[in-house]
Amino acid sequence: MSARPIATTRSSAGLATGKLAVWWVIVSEIVIFGGLLASYIMYRLAHDAFAEQAAHTNMWIGAFNTLVLLSSSLTAVLAHQAAEAGDGRKAARLIWATIGGAFTFLIVKAFEWTMEIQHGFTITSSTFWSFYYTAAGLHALHVLAGAIIMMFVASAAAKNLELHRVELIGVYWHFVDVVWIFLFPLLYIAK
Amino acid sequence: MFHLIERYVPSASTYSGDIDFVFSLVFWIVGAWFLATEAVFFWLILRFRKRDGVKAQYITGELESEKQWVHWPHMAVLVFDIILLFFAIKVWYYVKQDLPPAQETVRVVAQQWAWSFVHPGPDALLDTADDIKTVEELHVKVGTLYHFKLESRDVVHSFSVPVFRLKQDVIPGRVITGWFEATQTGRFDIQCAEICGIGHALMPARIVIETPDQHAAWMASQSPISLAALGLPRAAQE
Amino acid sequence: MAHPAETPPGHPAAHPHEEPGWIRKYLFATDHKIIAMQYMFTGMALALLAGFFAYVFRMQMAFPGIEVPLFGLVTPNRYNVLITNHGAIMVFWVAMPVLLAAFGNFLIPLMIGCDDMVFPRINRLSYQIFFLSAVVLLASFFVDGGAFAGAWTFYPPLSAKAEYSLTPWGSSLFVLAIALEFVAFLLGGINFITTSMNSRAPGMKLYDLPIVVWMIVVASILFMASVGPLIAGAVMLFFDQQIGTAFFDPDRGGDPILWQHLFWFFGHPEVYVVLLPALGIVAEIITVFSRKKLFAYKTVLYTVFGTGVLSFTVWAHHQFVAGIDPRMANIFTITTLLISVPIAEMCFVYIATLYGGSITLTTPMLWALAFLAEFLIGGVTGIFLGASGADIYLHDTYFVLAHFHYTFVPIAIIGTFAGVTFWFPKMFGRMMNETVGKVHFWITIVAFNVIFIPLFITGIAGDHRRIYDYSHYPDLAGLQDLRVLATVALVVMLLAQVLFLWNFCYSLFRGKPAEKNPWRANTLEWTAESPPPHGNWPAEALPTVYRGPYEYSHPDRKEDYWPQNAPA
Repeated sequence: MSARPIATTRSSAGLATGKLAVWWVIVSEIVIFGGLLASYIMYRLAHDAFAEQAAHTNMWIGAFNTLVLLSSSLTAVLAHQAAEAGDGRKAARLIWATIGGAFTFLIVKAFEWTMEIQHGFTITSSTFWSFYYTAAGLHALHVLAGAIIMMFVASAAAKNLELHRVELIGVYWHFVDVVWIFLFPLLYIAK
Repeated sequence: MFHLIERYVPSASTYSGDIDFVFSLVFWIVGAWFLATEAVFFWLILRFRKRDGVKAQYITGELESEKQWVHWPHMAVLVFDIILLFFAIKVWYYVKQDLPPAQETVRVVAQQWAWSFVHPGPDALLDTADDIKTVEELHVKVGTLYHFKLESRDVVHSFSVPVFRLKQDVIPGRVITGWFEATQTGRFDIQCAEICGIGHALMPARIVIETPDQHAAWMASQSPISLAALGLPRAAQE
Repeated sequence: MAHPAETPPGHPAAHPHEEPGWIRKYLFATDHKIIAMQYMFTGMALALLAGFFAYVFRMQMAFPGIEVPLFGLVTPNRYNVLITNHGAIMVFWVAMPVLLAAFGNFLIPLMIGCDDMVFPRINRLSYQIFFLSAVVLLASFFVDGGAFAGAWTFYPPLSAKAEYSLTPWGSSLFVLAIALEFVAFLLGGINFITTSMNSRAPGMKLYDLPIVVWMIVVASILFMASVGPLIAGAVMLFFDQQIGTAFFDPDRGGDPILWQHLFWFFGHPEVYVVLLPALGIVAEIITVFSRKKLFAYKTVLYTVFGTGVLSFTVWAHHQFVAGIDPRMANIFTITTLLISVPIAEMCFVYIATLYGGSITLTTPMLWALAFLAEFLIGGVTGIFLGASGADIYLHDTYFVLAHFHYTFVPIAIIGTFAGVTFWFPKMFGRMMNETVGKVHFWITIVAFNVIFIPLFITGIAGDHRRIYDYSHYPDLAGLQDLRVLATVALVVMLLAQVLFLWNFCYSLFRGKPAEKNPWRANTLEWTAESPPPHGNWPAEALPTVYRGPYEYSHPDRKEDYWPQNAPA
């Protein structure tokens, strides 16, 4: 029963099924993050104390991480180009570079949070910090999940297999990037 | 015709009749629609039962002449909705948005699992030394416009006085103000209308609506200080 | 299920394939039909449990303080646990799995003429997560402090702090169970949308899809677009419960009303998520048994899209007196009353479909017609509640409860019976007993009305919700007879379900063998064997479509039906 159903070979609406599926996942995630961030914004507008707390986030670390994610999105795009050209090994290398970006992001975040916790800013310190850790934490989980999936895609791509998945994981990765593009100003810049 | 709720629950506030009116108006309008629709529905089932030799008709519903049958009822529903909205919003505004000036104010405190009330006492001012605090009984004067200030000590509760047709959730962390004016005397139920834990059903209270004399007598019975205060002129309202 | 030995489709012809063992075939199934059955049986089993809860708590209300047979004494806490979980189970573990997942999984590939869903392993995963969510919910009954008891809406601070709810573990397991259930349905939705959009039979245009397929697809989209904020809220609530954050704690800057908005933003579209599949099932049945084309298919479709969009604009009608800004209430009363317009249109279109028909009152048709008659009551009583001025009085009374049972019971119970009695021959290859089916129908419907009409009256007369014993309220003393009447009717209704269970189980093994198309219907599932084998049709014989699904009683044809796959 590991054979794919005939259903997967059809394309009645002319869409790529894999892409439709990934977009479905992304839209559901957008609603989840949207709900969380909308709640954050409502709180922010209602409580001036938020701005005081937000002053303690480190904008430079946040900016560095933003750069890391943007670069990793670039390598993801290049990986897609390589896959389109049929060069699985090149695509795999570029995906590994993206994975490298993901782990850099996570390691920097680990240091950042350790520093903040040592300064006494924990998840229960105030509602701002509760949102900060929850939103950034949920995002970080998605970064990690994306990195793990990319490892599978990369190992298949290196053997020139399942090259269409390179584009799909790329789409997911851009979404992860875009969420961060929203988080960064809300958590780090707006003070 | 327009006092349907009153058949079951006395109407004891200046706005209970208005709320009953909205309810009753909805009842007659949707009732008529409901009966008409069900009648058509059952008639069609009977009229078009399978009969030997009679084939069903091929109707797409895409022709204008066919769509009319659905289109006009659908427009009519819209018209009736707008009528109902007019009255619903009017009453809502009167009860919930508008806050007429208070003649007296009471504080209503909800907690797991009891209602307590703070009455202003003979000086008619809240938060003064002669305030009368009670548990489970709210005493008010008929014909006086009260503001109530709702507070919760713990979870979300809801202040419900069926004879006033009044209901307002009580949220911890804030004070919610509303108003009522009683139109008849008597003793009636107060209920909690938001599940608040294991004792949700065990926090009944009573509203005691009294004439000014009865109310004064009650105040006198509550504390020795007020006996003397009875003789004093009423302080000016702030 | 019969599985004729043959080369499974999707494989090149000469490639022998071992039949999987019982465990792989049934417990780790990827076949959409078996996954559908898994969802259906789980949902039906939990319906029995939630129905039992209703019996227990209604017995307590009718005869306060008695030892309820088969249960015991109903203390205030046990009562709250029962009503909380009755509601949660019925919405999330009965209506959703049966209407959306079971019928969606069973029907979609068959109705569009393909062999399975596009992602069978994701499909399997969705059931496994769903099953886990049910286990987590049931586990909450056995932990220290017991199951959560603060209503299915789990408002904080009651739900956030153990010192208020007295259920430290139960509260968190409840949140976890619901979060898992949401993930399961998000995954399931992937298959519904991709398969129905992309895997249709050759020749099947979008307007040739049976309306139930559209309904399930739109329902999945509504679910997906509305559940996100609640998932975020559930994470926040879980953190409040377990870590000590203060998202909803007013003592530390949090806001309990935020939870209500997050909950109801999902909660309102959710009712349409379960309504739409039921409406779809009803459409399939009334077209077949009145031998008539669905009236104004495109109008139905656009109305459904419109209702879906509007459903996102009405949520705060659940919060009129909750402490929101009173000015906001005006917006929501307008949107709420306006949404009655497309719903009324749907009802009128379905009723118009009966005009000029040739109607046979089989058991499925009785259920489908009963859906319309009863849902109409639910719909019109919603107007009372949507009118903000009236809702001040009616909020949290039994009027609300009677209203939503007149929508939910038609959706989840009547809709399910309609679908099961209609597709049973296809699912199991046997016919159900018509006589038993009709007796079951009449007793259930009459009893259902006798339960809830008295509750409209007790609600108007002042009975509030979630009260285990009304004897503390002197003004309500006169209503006890009505409460007893409703309870007796409930017991009758529950006992009548024995008839259905008997009919279902007996017919499964001893029912008359079913032909491919016992109802002489047009849609593609009726061209497959009863029951369809793995792959639904032989790989070389997947259907091609030449027309829409409702070409009944066409004037150019001698037969009064015209299957979609019959060449012109």
